[in-house]
Amino acid sequence: MNAVAIQSAAQESWEDVCSLDDVLPGTGVCALVAGQQVAIVRASDTVYAIGNFDPFSKAFVLSRGIVGDRGGIPKIASPIYKQSFDLRTGQCLDDARVRVPTYEVRVERGRILVCCQPRAGGSSGA
Amino acid sequence: MSRRDLVVVGNGMVGHKFLELLLEDERREEWNVVTFCEEPRLAYDRVNLSSFFSGKTAADLSLAEPGLYEEAGVTVLLGDRAVSIDRQARRVASAKGARVRYDKLVLATGSAPLVPPIPGRESQGCFVYRTIEDLESIRSYAAQARTGVVIGGGLLGLEPANALNHMGLETHVVEFAPRLMAMQVDEDGGRILRGKIEALGVSVHTGKNTSEIVAEGGRVTQIRFADGGALAADMVVFSAGIRARDELARECGLAIGERGGVTIDDRCRTSDPDILAIGECAQYRGRTYGLVGPGYQMARTAVSTVTGGDAKLGTFDMSTKLKLMGVDVASFGDAHATRPGCRVVAFTDSADGIYKKLVVSADRQRLLGGVLVGDASSYGQLLQLTQNQIPLRGRPEQLILPQSPGANPPALGVDALPEAATICTCQNVAKGVICRAICDEKLSSVGAIKAATRAGTGCGSCTPLLGEILGREMKKAGKSVSNHLCEHFPRSRQELYHLVRLHRIRGFDELIAKHGRGSGCEICKPAVASILASTWNEHVLDDDRVGLQDTNDRFLANIQRDGSYSVVPRVPGGEITPDQLIALGRTAKHFGLYSKITGAQRVDLFGARLEQLPEIWRELIAAGFESGHAYGKALRTVKSCVGSTWCRFGVQDSVSMAIRLENRYKGLRSPHKLKSAVSGCARECAEAQGKDFGVIATEKGYNLYLCGNGGMKPQHAQLFAPDLDEETLIRYLDRFLMFYVRTADRLQRTASWFNNLEGGIEYLRKVLIEDSLGVCAELEAEMAHIVATYRCEWKATIEDPAKLSRFRTFVNSAAPDPSLVQIRQRAQHRPATWQEKAPLLREAVR
Repeated sequence: MNAVAIQSAAQESWEDVCSLDDVLPGTGVCALVAGQQVAIVRASDTVYAIGNFDPFSKAFVLSRGIVGDRGGIPKIASPIYKQSFDLRTGQCLDDARVRVPTYEVRVERGRILVCCQPRAGGSSGA
Repeated sequence: MSRRDLVVVGNGMVGHKFLELLLEDERREEWNVVTFCEEPRLAYDRVNLSSFFSGKTAADLSLAEPGLYEEAGVTVLLGDRAVSIDRQARRVASAKGARVRYDKLVLATGSAPLVPPIPGRESQGCFVYRTIEDLESIRSYAAQARTGVVIGGGLLGLEPANALNHMGLETHVVEFAPRLMAMQVDEDGGRILRGKIEALGVSVHTGKNTSEIVAEGGRVTQIRFADGGALAADMVVFSAGIRARDELARECGLAIGERGGVTIDDRCRTSDPDILAIGECAQYRGRTYGLVGPGYQMARTAVSTVTGGDAKLGTFDMSTKLKLMGVDVASFGDAHATRPGCRVVAFTDSADGIYKKLVVSADRQRLLGGVLVGDASSYGQLLQLTQNQIPLRGRPEQLILPQSPGANPPALGVDALPEAATICTCQNVAKGVICRAICDEKLSSVGAIKAATRAGTGCGSCTPLLGEILGREMKKAGKSVSNHLCEHFPRSRQELYHLVRLHRIRGFDELIAKHGRGSGCEICKPAVASILASTWNEHVLDDDRVGLQDTNDRFLANIQRDGSYSVVPRVPGGEITPDQLIALGRTAKHFGLYSKITGAQRVDLFGARLEQLPEIWRELIAAGFESGHAYGKALRTVKSCVGSTWCRFGVQDSVSMAIRLENRYKGLRSPHKLKSAVSGCARECAEAQGKDFGVIATEKGYNLYLCGNGGMKPQHAQLFAPDLDEETLIRYLDRFLMFYVRTADRLQRTASWFNNLEGGIEYLRKVLIEDSLGVCAELEAEMAHIVATYRCEWKATIEDPAKLSRFRTFVNSAAPDPSLVQIRQRAQHRPATWQEKAPLLREAVR
């Protein structure tokens, strides 16, 4: 690993937010990660983390949506106006212009850890 | 070959349409494209500008997908205005000093609001209504205004009047002509329209010539009329018309029409063949056109001209359909009956505010035009009959007379239309194109048709026709319009219901493993949750079901726009003791909840945070309340009048009956919500005929009414059986409700379920009274199970620590949600609007 990579890895901080058992399969919860509201979503075998802010309703509610898939893409539907978001990328599946932030997640010894910085690529909003 | 330079001046709806079409053309590569856009943002949907006031943002209204121009290599000069054209040098100069060379130049400069030269029109508080910026200024000024006046009662004037009215201003519309929308509707239509608009609280002043705008300290205070009258006004919006923006063309010597507008020929060329003009700035055959349909037609023709095609402008369809202030208004064809020999057939219903007029040929065989006010549901069909000159079957008045309930609407289906008939006039899409797309691309929804053909993406008024064409095409192809629940279940709700019952399936995972695919979605999960609840009646928050529930069911409360919840305890029959009222008040006060009486004789408590819900319910349950299921697709309330106990007219004890019914069916999960009412006499104070099931007392017993509906599309319930005794009434209701639960589609209310039942009320009587299907005993047994297994969901939740643990906003913090901000209003609290709280939350939304 070269020096630059080590430095960037060192800057990444992670937060232990809850136990895996705190999130029932097929549901989401909301966690505060470095002051940001992050939806932690458990879809089949994978845990995802995306921003909790719904750009359509402008409410912090995405964690309370219904989890499922569209054509195999794992997604969550906003509980307010029902737009769906790809859990892997944050891309809104009903509006190509809209994307919510996503976060790296690790599950270690039954605990869920979320990276405090959203993935690069960022959000764009309605 | 070197590329030539194409410059488009103006990026409004028509300028954008031109670019969009050009970019799709195969000869697009021959052009270097530059476009001027004077506004600070690219083209947006100006037709629906007013939706900005109902919460749409500039991004929502945007027409150009971000990146579309950049990816296509179009240079956009955003926020820069073209100021002059040098035809010799073929150059456009801009306000910011750019010089852009062109080989072809397209003017799409649109129009500007016409502000009549009334003294005082420059005062503070005078506005126009054309751009998003205009609307932003109106909104901020209106915050401190009490009275608003709109000058102009035409098509353009009623939109701002609606906006001012919604913002809570005392609103006046002033029109110079003797009636509203003089261009579109005739005198009788104008009168009906006026009545409807006045009923909304807007004052209408017609035949008024505004002579002066009076200001004090520079701010508008009053407007004066030529006849001596005056109106107090804190703000004035001019919406009296538009004028073509032809200054650029004038200054460089292009031919201009007598009443303004750049003169074009049928190929959209101006007097200089290298300069084209399209949209509202263009003048063709002696007039300009302020509708988007003709503008789009010009854009298409201009693209053809530029790319070497030979398309020519045809005749423009000036038909219009709008919803103005909630009132349908449409006019089409020869609306003013100017054709020699034509005849007029009209229908006026001043009670309901409906006016319909048809202009027909002398032999009554062809429709020439018409006007619709108050109900324009038949606009699409009538427009097609007019445009395609389809011979009328039967008498023309049949097309506009109200239908008696249950009667079949006259057959003038889409089948009658020729392939060439234009279905979508905005995007110029013919019926044949739509049919082929459905067939070739295997389209199965109106949304897919819109995406594939663009039909229905302009004004949207042809959307119902698209649905009809889809239905016919699918039927022709031997397919029915799919009743599959969603991509995960290739079955209807009714089929799934039977599978669940037959195979005694108790969980979603088992059902999708055996009869579906994938992992489910927000459509099938709640539908299956509802089926499981109607069948087994187990707690909706058990571990394997909680993830199936919509957020309302998942937290047993009603989510509101800011993500907070409201709480509605059950008040059976609307009967409530003083102590219960006090207890409700105490809890509301304790948690700072906004309180409102609902239409269903209950109290709704708003503004609860997720983590507060269990505490609130602990108090309510201690005071003797139960869950009201306001959050569920379930029985809501049985409303009642006070009945024979107190009322001198009552003939039965409607309150006792309502309480009995509500307690019997409370907790029943169904395909959609269920509402009911019991009236103690024929005066019907409980409005039972507007409910899914309604009971009206008679001297001899109770009349039972079924399948009524308030809401979006009100429908009266039908009399199912008269003079029933209590036990028979309940037996019929048990059967009816379970039959509906068994057979309805997802989210189908009883009224629309009924409308799709072949045989109507007679059929329902055969099944539920005569037991023609032999299912009545089953239905009664199923209902008996539901009644016997009822438990208050909230009580069961309070008693279960595992369920309670899910009622928290943050899994890793007890902090309240900082995004829930409240503002004091009329001695209570309301949620802050996004504008009010956004500055506080900037950090949270990165």
